Amino acid sequence: MNWTSFDTWIVVVGALCAVACTLPGCFLVLRKMSMMGDAISHAVLPGIAIGFLMTGARSSIPMFLGAAITGVLTAVFTQWVSKFGRVDRGAAMGIVFTTLFAVGLILIVQAADHVDLDPSCVLYGAMELTPLDTIEVLGVMIPRAAISLSIVLLLNLSLITLLFKELKLSSFDEGLSNTLGFSSNLLQYLLMSMVAVTTVAAFEAVGSIIVIAMLIVPPATALLLTRRLIPMIVIAASVGILSAILGHLSAVTVPKLFGYESTSTSGSMAAATGFLFTIAWLFNPSEGLLVKQFRNTKKINESVPVEELSS
Amino acid sequence: MKIISKLFLVILLSGFQAFHASGAYVGIEDSETLILQTSDKKSAMDELLNVLLLRSYNTRLVILSTTTLGTAAGIVGAFLLLRKRSLMGDALAHSTLPGIAIAFIIMVSFGGSGKSLAGLIAGATLTGVLGLLIMLAIRNTTRLRDDVAMGMVLSVSFGVGLAILGVIQNMPQASAAGLESFIYGKTASMVMADFMTIMVVALVCSLAAILMFKELALLCFDDRFAVAEGFPALRLDILLLVLVTTVTVIGLQSVGLILIIAFLITPPSAARFWTEKLPTMTFLSAVIGAISGWLGASISALVPKMPAGAVIVVVASSIFLFSMLSAPKRGVVARWIRYKDLKKKVERQHVLRAAFELVEEQKNGDSIVSNYPFPLQKLLAKRTWKAPKLNRILNHEQSIGHLERRADGMLQLSESGFGEAARITRNHRLWEIYLVTHADIAPSHVDRDADMVEHILEADMVHRLEEELRNSGAWIPSPHELSTRTQAS
Repeated sequence: MNWTSFDTWIVVVGALCAVACTLPGCFLVLRKMSMMGDAISHAVLPGIAIGFLMTGARSSIPMFLGAAITGVLTAVFTQWVSKFGRVDRGAAMGIVFTTLFAVGLILIVQAADHVDLDPSCVLYGAMELTPLDTIEVLGVMIPRAAISLSIVLLLNLSLITLLFKELKLSSFDEGLSNTLGFSSNLLQYLLMSMVAVTTVAAFEAVGSIIVIAMLIVPPATALLLTRRLIPMIVIAASVGILSAILGHLSAVTVPKLFGYESTSTSGSMAAATGFLFTIAWLFNPSEGLLVKQFRNTKKINESVPVEELSS
Repeated sequence: MKIISKLFLVILLSGFQAFHASGAYVGIEDSETLILQTSDKKSAMDELLNVLLLRSYNTRLVILSTTTLGTAAGIVGAFLLLRKRSLMGDALAHSTLPGIAIAFIIMVSFGGSGKSLAGLIAGATLTGVLGLLIMLAIRNTTRLRDDVAMGMVLSVSFGVGLAILGVIQNMPQASAAGLESFIYGKTASMVMADFMTIMVVALVCSLAAILMFKELALLCFDDRFAVAEGFPALRLDILLLVLVTTVTVIGLQSVGLILIIAFLITPPSAARFWTEKLPTMTFLSAVIGAISGWLGASISALVPKMPAGAVIVVVASSIFLFSMLSAPKRGVVARWIRYKDLKKKVERQHVLRAAFELVEEQKNGDSIVSNYPFPLQKLLAKRTWKAPKLNRILNHEQSIGHLERRADGMLQLSESGFGEAARITRNHRLWEIYLVTHADIAPSHVDRDADMVEHILEADMVHRLEEELRNSGAWIPSPHELSTRTQAS
């Protein structure tokens, strides 16, 4: 294979998206709200559709706003349904996001004649094409997706740095956080809008599946490897970047082994996160599945005298 | 449960009739033009009847299959909801995608068209179950919780699925068109073979759930007890999730991957509002699922540019919203009214007790409290309440004859009001004494605790307390000092 600047840009866009997602993702995982990423990335559809219908352009400000609003609404509605209706949280989330997604789908189909917005591109994205859509910045041609994702990454990074203490507190001890006056609900809505904005920034370029994967899998991998928050965020971001590289490499090379053309990059990036998770799951030094197995066998061999075994 | 199985029989029979009535295989393109032609020729009323009475062959297939699917998903989803695993359906639905793609590749490489529904379903079920096992393994062997395990399996398997689909799209031999419909649903392209597959699988799933009703109910309500009683809880769990996977897989094509999740979650959640009994809930859930499927597909057939899957979800959600608001016992409105009533009652009792305590202060060593008048200002100072609110309650008390506003501006309890106030104060004090003597609560803390429970004390309980405290009949002094502006409760 020959590596071109195209490939570099694809990996860069993927890595930017990965880091932008893992930052709020770590807190989602700690708050036991991993499925919220999936819910929001589906539920922003009506927001995107309305924003798109209003302006007729992709990646416009109204579209971002619409998506951020529907993202927060998903969290609010879920809270309402589970609080006022006393419905199980998971079920409430399922009801809310499927309804919003359905409404979005109807909106898009209704306007399908004069709108060129394909719901499938929301899920898959066309990552391979990102380097084609460029903007000149300081004399360098940079893909538009790279710029929008960098902005989102910076936004997420600064919000999390600014509110690190509060987010940490409310993620680990919601009650204490509320009594100290840091509304855990407010922080949750902030996280939700971060997820929503990240999803929208990513959906067109890289597809929302990669957002869902990067929100959950790298933080989960990091959680297996450490019990401290800052190392967890750093490890999660590194795992995200690594899977972006690995994902693109495998998208280009693996299908060739079976005699096929290359495949969807966002899909294989998501798959690569799963691969890295599996490695951490099986081999991590402190509590990896195989490591534990090996240690147990060793312990048994050491602790039980041979005579007793034979008797 | 017999009703449900009968319902199925009826649906299945009408499905056969649909087959015989037409006697012909209607392909994708034919069926779509068929709908277009009929809609051009006939009047709106006729068309409405056509759809609702299932006269047209294609709408009959679509509506019957979504109705059946709704019923099956309603039954299976009820258990899923009670097991608090609703989102598991979401994860399983996503993890079927690699199976669909792999099955397609295998079928194509053996020379088929790659679009046999049975083959795709087999592949989907296989990876669905695989995803399920990985989910259980992650939960059982790591520190990660359920939600992470679900999110993991969901996103990674969907990614793998997309990667394989990407390969298929570049394959020269076959067009992958149509596989897309597994994600968004394409009800209009349903053919007889698909219809029969859906009918049979839905029937088998529902029957399995009904046959295993007792075991699944036990698993949902008390899984540890199930283990202790010797039921294979893990295997039951897997059985339930396999049923979920199967329903998901057959639902994929008609309502789409994302929206089948709604079919599993929304009808049972709506049914839960109306009943406290599992058999009733399961039945209601099946009915709500069926109604959403029928109504949604009908609307989609009547109104142009309405995707069936989305309309079905919106119908189901509307039923859910209606149930959530208006169910008689668990509904939001009913609970809100009960809450308001209780709050009003508590406020009234607070006023009467405060009034009684004011009267009591003026007894000057008499053993009997007589009904003295008292000024409004003193009552206002008893608790942290605002004048308008207090006035509102006083007006209400006046209107039911518990209270009189005298010409000199003083307030006086009427005879009935005095009796009521004495009774309420008595209950309060009984409860306080009970808490002090039997529950080891310090006298200084008791007023507030007593406040919370006295309003719901039954007459029966009051008698028991009186007997226990051997204090019946006599006037009971407060166990703590009476103060103005006590701790607000």
